[in-house]
Amino acid sequence: MLDTIILVLDSTFRLSTPLLFACLAGLFSERSGIVDIGLEGKILGAAFAAAAAAYVFQSPWIGLLAGIMVSVMLALVHGYASISQRGNQVVSGVAINFLAAGLTVLLGQAWFSQGGRTPALSPATRFESLTLPFADTLANVPVLGPIYANLISGHNILVYASFAAVPLTWWIIFRTRFGLRLRAVGENPSAADTAGLSVTLLRYRATIICGILCGFSGAYLSVAQGAGFIKDMSAGKGFIALAALIFAKWKPVNAMFTCLLFGFLDALAIRLQGQEIPGIGEVPVQVFQALPYVLTVVLLAGFIGRAIPPKASGIPYVKERT
Amino acid sequence: MSKGQLPRWVDYGVLPALNLLAAFIISGLVVVVIGEDPFEAVKWLVWGALGYGEGIGYTLYYATNFIFTGLAVAVAFHAGLFNIGGEGQAYVGGLGIALVCLAMDRFVPWWVTFPFAIIGGAVFGAAWAFIPGYLQAKRGSHIVITTIMFNFIASALMVYLLSNILIPQGTMSPSSRNFEAGGQLPLLRNVFTSFDFGQSPVNLAFFLALAVCVVVWLLIWHTKLGYEIRSFGANPDAAAYAGISPVRITVVTMLISGALAGLMGINVVMGEQTRLLLDFAGGAGFVGIAVALMGRGHPIGIILASMLFGLLYQGGAELAFEIPTISRDMIVVIQALVILFAGALEHMFRPAVVAFFDRFSSSTAEA
Repeated sequence: MLDTIILVLDSTFRLSTPLLFACLAGLFSERSGIVDIGLEGKILGAAFAAAAAAYVFQSPWIGLLAGIMVSVMLALVHGYASISQRGNQVVSGVAINFLAAGLTVLLGQAWFSQGGRTPALSPATRFESLTLPFADTLANVPVLGPIYANLISGHNILVYASFAAVPLTWWIIFRTRFGLRLRAVGENPSAADTAGLSVTLLRYRATIICGILCGFSGAYLSVAQGAGFIKDMSAGKGFIALAALIFAKWKPVNAMFTCLLFGFLDALAIRLQGQEIPGIGEVPVQVFQALPYVLTVVLLAGFIGRAIPPKASGIPYVKERT
Repeated sequence: MSKGQLPRWVDYGVLPALNLLAAFIISGLVVVVIGEDPFEAVKWLVWGALGYGEGIGYTLYYATNFIFTGLAVAVAFHAGLFNIGGEGQAYVGGLGIALVCLAMDRFVPWWVTFPFAIIGGAVFGAAWAFIPGYLQAKRGSHIVITTIMFNFIASALMVYLLSNILIPQGTMSPSSRNFEAGGQLPLLRNVFTSFDFGQSPVNLAFFLALAVCVVVWLLIWHTKLGYEIRSFGANPDAAAYAGISPVRITVVTMLISGALAGLMGINVVMGEQTRLLLDFAGGAGFVGIAVALMGRGHPIGIILASMLFGLLYQGGAELAFEIPTISRDMIVVIQALVILFAGALEHMFRPAVVAFFDRFSSSTAEA
């Protein structure tokens, strides 16, 4: 029984990681007032760039760097459209998603001729699982041993990084001058402007941070969890992260728990596929797949608390009217 | 004409053309990056879509899908609502059409089934759009997010229904059984035998799409409801002050939008496939966004934009066949760039064009 629980929780961590990176990415963006539907596209673009660069340079770190660069570039396109050109942020996000969906497969096919995939990565060119100190020696300790050895230990470095990013995000958003200003331009940009802050610059910085975090998320998919890029490998994770962000009411610690919940649902769906649950019978796997979205809709409808977005999110800032 | 304003033909003609041009130039650069000749690519694209009867048939077939989904997005746009859920609504609408066809196809000819299938598609599509519309109007949950969520919920629901309920016994592939003759729309290749449509699946739904364009045009510009929709979209506060109920307009607009998206299944489910299958919408709901933006919300514009995207889809398939390095995903890239330039960056060229016209008009005034 304990083994099963550990197994499910273990995959929960691994499935939550890309969601968590993307969710925190969205948090930075939306806290500054930029709605980002394009998380999905940035993850996908980063996943492709990371896998391609990791293969060509035979290094996961260069892969990660390439993933971040591509994701930041896509984020800057979104920033240019929504901050400088004051365009519709939803439309721009949709465009980013399609751009990534098309370009990744097109370039993948042109460069590697494997039907849009990148060549499989050898273990040395991926982020491999780390064994934490004493994991093997402590594995025989009852209850705590297996938990430490199998659940806490044995993940790749990006999993730990994603969870480390949570307190870091909290600290940046709520305890630094930059975070205060970021929240200010997301709630009341004209007041922030009057106080002498550059709304444009702050929003661009938030957008770039968003790009960096999506870069991590994408690189995790193709260079850590997977071993290469597959067409459409983000498979809606950007949208689940968006849902998680709303569910978490734009708060970093909530975001972690929500991503763990959604990751857990995913892990459970894989585990329970084709199995009978006592008293209920076989639950279709689609129920688990739809549950994050259903929960988010129910939350948005105000039936479980209230999700109130940053006040100025989605509204372009016009400095002055003539 | 005062300073800083543009004549209508520039606003509705030159600026969209410039945006489209920018999208195509960047697409061309992408083709150069992957080491092919963009002019060669355009040649194959246009030939594949318009060079022979079957190509034209496919172009019209794809365009039919995009007219439905484009109108769906456009109607919502007129009320200031962004319905990103066209994909899910089309998918669920297809279920309604399939249920009607499955129930009637063995007993009556197609022209009896046809009106019921239209109702089935419209009702199911509208129902799928109703919940996001209602939640936006009554509970203030943002329609963009809820419609995205509903796309995913629709996808899960349909996978379940197709692989557990509608699948005929003894088969493995998740789709419904084939409709008999009573559930099949006549293909144009069998109706207009004098024109060679080849094996293309273009069917009577094309004319339905054109008819629906007229209906939408009448609705938006020549009825009280259409006036209310446009007023609400232009200024919700002023509309509410004028006695237009925001709740009613939001819900009714979303119902119409969902119904239009739902009709797409007539073309694919009843026309081409004659069965319901997984993912039959195939992204057409999202192409609708590009089409509505490019067509500026007007049925004529939407027909033209749909034809262009139909051309890209069919020509792109032919292009991928002739130049394998340019896969069909090139079309997705073009679509993304059109959405970017015609939508999010629609005002990028405006300052330059305004400056150009100001200089032009002041120099004529001096002369």
